[in-house]
Amino acid sequence: MEPIINVHSLSKSFGEVQAVRGVTFSVSRGELFGFLGPNGAGKTTTINMLTGLARPDRGSISIAGIDCPRNPKAAQHLMGIVPDESNLYPELTGFQNLSFCGALYGMKKTERVERARELLERFGLTEAADRKFAGYSKGMKRKLTIAAGIIHSPEILFLDEPTSGIDVASARQLRRLIAELNQAGTTIFLTTHYIEEAERLCSRIAFIVSGGIRTIDTVEHLMSGYEDRQIMHFEVSSVDDTLCAELGTEFPRFDCRTDSRNRICIESSETIAVGQIVRFFEDRGIDIYEARKIRPSLEDVFVQVTGIEAGAMHEVQEKSRQR
Amino acid sequence: MKQWIAFWNILTKDMRSYYLKPPNISWGLVFPLAWTAAFFVRSGSGLESVSSILPGVMGVSVLFGTTSMLAVTVTFEKKGRSFERLLLAPISLELLMLAKTAGAILFGTANAFVPVLIASFITDLGGVRWGSLVPVVTLIAVSSTFLGLFIAVSVSEVFEAQTFSNFFRFPMIFLCGLFVPVAALPIWLRPLSYALPLTYGADILHRSISGSGTMPTALNFAALSAFCVLLFAVSLRNIRRYWIL
Repeated sequence: MEPIINVHSLSKSFGEVQAVRGVTFSVSRGELFGFLGPNGAGKTTTINMLTGLARPDRGSISIAGIDCPRNPKAAQHLMGIVPDESNLYPELTGFQNLSFCGALYGMKKTERVERARELLERFGLTEAADRKFAGYSKGMKRKLTIAAGIIHSPEILFLDEPTSGIDVASARQLRRLIAELNQAGTTIFLTTHYIEEAERLCSRIAFIVSGGIRTIDTVEHLMSGYEDRQIMHFEVSSVDDTLCAELGTEFPRFDCRTDSRNRICIESSETIAVGQIVRFFEDRGIDIYEARKIRPSLEDVFVQVTGIEAGAMHEVQEKSRQR
Repeated sequence: MKQWIAFWNILTKDMRSYYLKPPNISWGLVFPLAWTAAFFVRSGSGLESVSSILPGVMGVSVLFGTTSMLAVTVTFEKKGRSFERLLLAPISLELLMLAKTAGAILFGTANAFVPVLIASFITDLGGVRWGSLVPVVTLIAVSSTFLGLFIAVSVSEVFEAQTFSNFFRFPMIFLCGLFVPVAALPIWLRPLSYALPLTYGADILHRSISGSGTMPTALNFAALSAFCVLLFAVSLRNIRRYWIL
């Protein structure tokens, strides 16, 4: 497939902080590409550089053959951008917001009125079309913001954390809409900190940590090295700092980590004999409340590749959002 | 053509959302009229002095009509991140900022003629030179709007925009020869007067209404135009520097 986004050695610093360091990747036409990383990893800075809202210090960006840093306005014709915050105009109605966004891309009145109505219906917002955006629920705001991003039928859609902070039902509906858009031929560049969302939607994923890309591959390839991994989760009565080290000494072939309070995760390339683990805990007076065998997921790949606990990533992201 | 569709829609949205709203009337119209009424009552002069006060009222009306909303709305949109939407649209930054400022320019120009309309009922405006009055009001509106833009780009909070606007606006009422001639100011204050765009606009207003200007009209127009270009260029440079990181 022909690449529509080509990024080479992209770097960006803010004062002393290097937000993005030497990032290189390409996205094929029609692909749904996931950009996954914790808060502060450089996802939004990369999107800002790709869309012309930030200037790279070094490196090149080509969008459909257009040198984006040199000619951002030409590239912006091809892009739809949905930022991580629903930043439409609170004083305008849903319909007026869509129509205004269409006008920003030079759409004629009849064209944008028709398209706005079509999108309102598609996103289930027809009844709220004449209500002011300020009165919308979070999920409705997110849907309208995505609709505004595609009002001009862009070739490439940049989605920054599209389902963040909304309820489960709205998030599911949005994921379905994103998948439909991609099936209709729109190239989608998706940044998210929800690993399962990326796993479900994306064909290829890049893991970005501390401004650098750790790995880029298809979900299948990323998972292939993990299919033989055995993973067991134990919920126990107590966990102290030395427990993992002791487990490691007793069972050198097991990788052990605690990924939340009183939960121990054991991974191994060999079969995990549950009995010996149970005895290990019993010898130390630790009760086991639950033991589960887990199918390896992209989250496990992420943890392995980045060294960051996925749970910690969610926590950091949520705290930052609350702030 | 596509860029002009965007231009027109940004302008009409801003007019509807901001400029034609009641709170703006308090800053743009009521405040300058109240200010002038205070001058009028304090001076104790009769209706014959209306033509000498009119340039000052017009100047203050334009100044407050333009800067009162622009600095606040741009800061408000920047803080709510809806301004990002405009920066990401395929419209040149120059045209985008002209669209954002055009509403304030139109509103400020219209504001200036409200006192003229009122004055037309109480005094004879037969001697007014409309050929220079209309262009100078427009140029004062442009320069004051670009001053508002300069302020908006220099601050990040809405309250800072209001405070910073007043930092410029209130001294300009006294320093620019609107009500007190520049020649009557202490000599050490005069350089400051000539560093402000409204001084040149006020001089043309006085000449157009009462024939009492002190500087050549061509020089005044040139200075006012230069201020417009300078303020717009500095604002654009600051947007590119601080908002497109």
